[in-house]
Amino acid sequence: MTGGMRAGLLLLAALGLAAIAAPLAADWLGHDPFLPDLFNRFEPLSAAHPLGTDDLGRDLLLRLLYGARVSLVVGLMAALAATLIGTVVGLLAAWRGGWIDAALMRLADGLLALPALPLLVILAALDPAVVGLPRGEAAADILRIAALLAAFGWVGVARLVRATALSVLAQDFVRAARAMGVGEGRILLRHVLPQLAAPIAIATALAVGGAVLAESVLSFLGLGIAPPAPSWGNMLANAQELIFQAPLAALWPGLAILLTVLGCNLVADGVARRR
Amino acid sequence: MTRLILSRLAQIAVTAAILSLCAFLLIALMPGDPIDLAIAGDPRLTTEDAARLRALHGLDQPLMARYLAWAGAVLQGNFGHSRLFAQPVAQLLGPALLSSVKLLGLALAIAITVGVGLGGLAALKPRLAPAVQGLALFAQAVPSFWLGLLLIILFAVQLGWLPAGGDGGLSFLVLPVATLAFAHLASYARHAASALTAAMGEPHIRTARAHGAGEGRLLWRHALPNAGVPLLTIAALDAGALVSGALITETIFARPGMGKLIYDAVMGNDFNLALLALLVVAIMTMLATLAADLAQRWLDPRLSR
Repeated sequence: MTGGMRAGLLLLAALGLAAIAAPLAADWLGHDPFLPDLFNRFEPLSAAHPLGTDDLGRDLLLRLLYGARVSLVVGLMAALAATLIGTVVGLLAAWRGGWIDAALMRLADGLLALPALPLLVILAALDPAVVGLPRGEAAADILRIAALLAAFGWVGVARLVRATALSVLAQDFVRAARAMGVGEGRILLRHVLPQLAAPIAIATALAVGGAVLAESVLSFLGLGIAPPAPSWGNMLANAQELIFQAPLAALWPGLAILLTVLGCNLVADGVARRR
Repeated sequence: MTRLILSRLAQIAVTAAILSLCAFLLIALMPGDPIDLAIAGDPRLTTEDAARLRALHGLDQPLMARYLAWAGAVLQGNFGHSRLFAQPVAQLLGPALLSSVKLLGLALAIAITVGVGLGGLAALKPRLAPAVQGLALFAQAVPSFWLGLLLIILFAVQLGWLPAGGDGGLSFLVLPVATLAFAHLASYARHAASALTAAMGEPHIRTARAHGAGEGRLLWRHALPNAGVPLLTIAALDAGALVSGALITETIFARPGMGKLIYDAVMGNDFNLALLALLVVAIMTMLATLAADLAQRWLDPRLSR
């Protein structure tokens, strides 16, 4: 394991633990991160409020920790869905070849060539009720954004999986297995899929980072997770309106996003180097 | 070559057509249409008035017929009006496109210059390579809207040296360009470092070195042209991300470009404008990718074979 990968895993583990431990921190500090406290607006850093408070007097550290839950869950859900779709599509394209391969890869090329964010902004603004999703609640927002990000995120995974699967499928042991009468499904699951572990891990790690970043952008623009549920993106949007009163409030959520993406990229890099 | 260009152009047209169809249907499926808004704005409108207005504007037609009518009008150059800005859409798109191209061109030029410079530094001085890699890793992870916010806080709010946003002279461009360029120099630096390091080991470099060429000249004159081809691949792949970055940068710095136009249109429920602006941006992005691909083939004829 390279030093970079170790650092990345450590970073992600720390962020994950912090997100899980958010209620403990709330108990310990004795504040409610969702309850406005108008007598304590814009508190400076102190023992009671380690990162100060926002415009409604809510503790910024606690909102950061609860925001981590939202941001990381969206990132993980989007990345896992993208990995699943991408692996199936990439494997199918490499295995069947022919027009299925051509059609799937044209679709992937088309999606890749489009500027993702302008498209996401328009799609995120559409009413979720039209496609049967509930609207308004935080959980619905999380599902909606994760689904949107997965709809674009699978492309990178599919291309990586397809390229590796093509080279694995051409190897002698696959031909030998076929000659011995092993079924196609078993060849794909038992002989090809394990060889794809490294590229899938790399693509997943990159997808988590990308999804966390994309979620924060959408929430920042007011199209992702809606307040009062905290996410790193909508905390930054709030901080942008208050840069004169509380310039420091803009620092922490961005730093959290930076560390998450950095951790994911370090892990992806580490896996790539080990191959 | 001509066949390649034609088939790629056909692909772009097909992608744009599918994109417009999907987006149009999704938007049309949303509850509420302009007539509903008119009713909300003027309670004296009767149901018969609303029905007459719907028929007048073709809103009672089936979805596909509405899409075909819209697409036909767009293909004839009739982009319709923007409800949000009360102007013809065509008049809005021109200045916005110009503003975006200015921002993107400058940011891309700076990202490539600084990125390739850093990559060259890493190739020349292997001791500095880890520092360059570290910087690239960091730059790749920084959320650009956060960087933009921090730059505004530092240079516009605290120091007061530069404007926080808006459109004007060169000083209005400094912070947005820096924000956008920083996010994109990382991939150029990483790939330039590895491409230049690889190119420096090739036989023609050894020959040139034996002839007494200095290391700097070797790198920039002999290694860079060869390393330039993979860098163009990065530029082609980066086009979409760059346009995405422009949307964030323009929104934060209130620059009247295509990205902000799309964002404002979406926020103002002006979906005709949003859709057309999205199509223009998508087609420009795909054309830029095609241009980078063609430049690559022109520089390295082996790719065409």
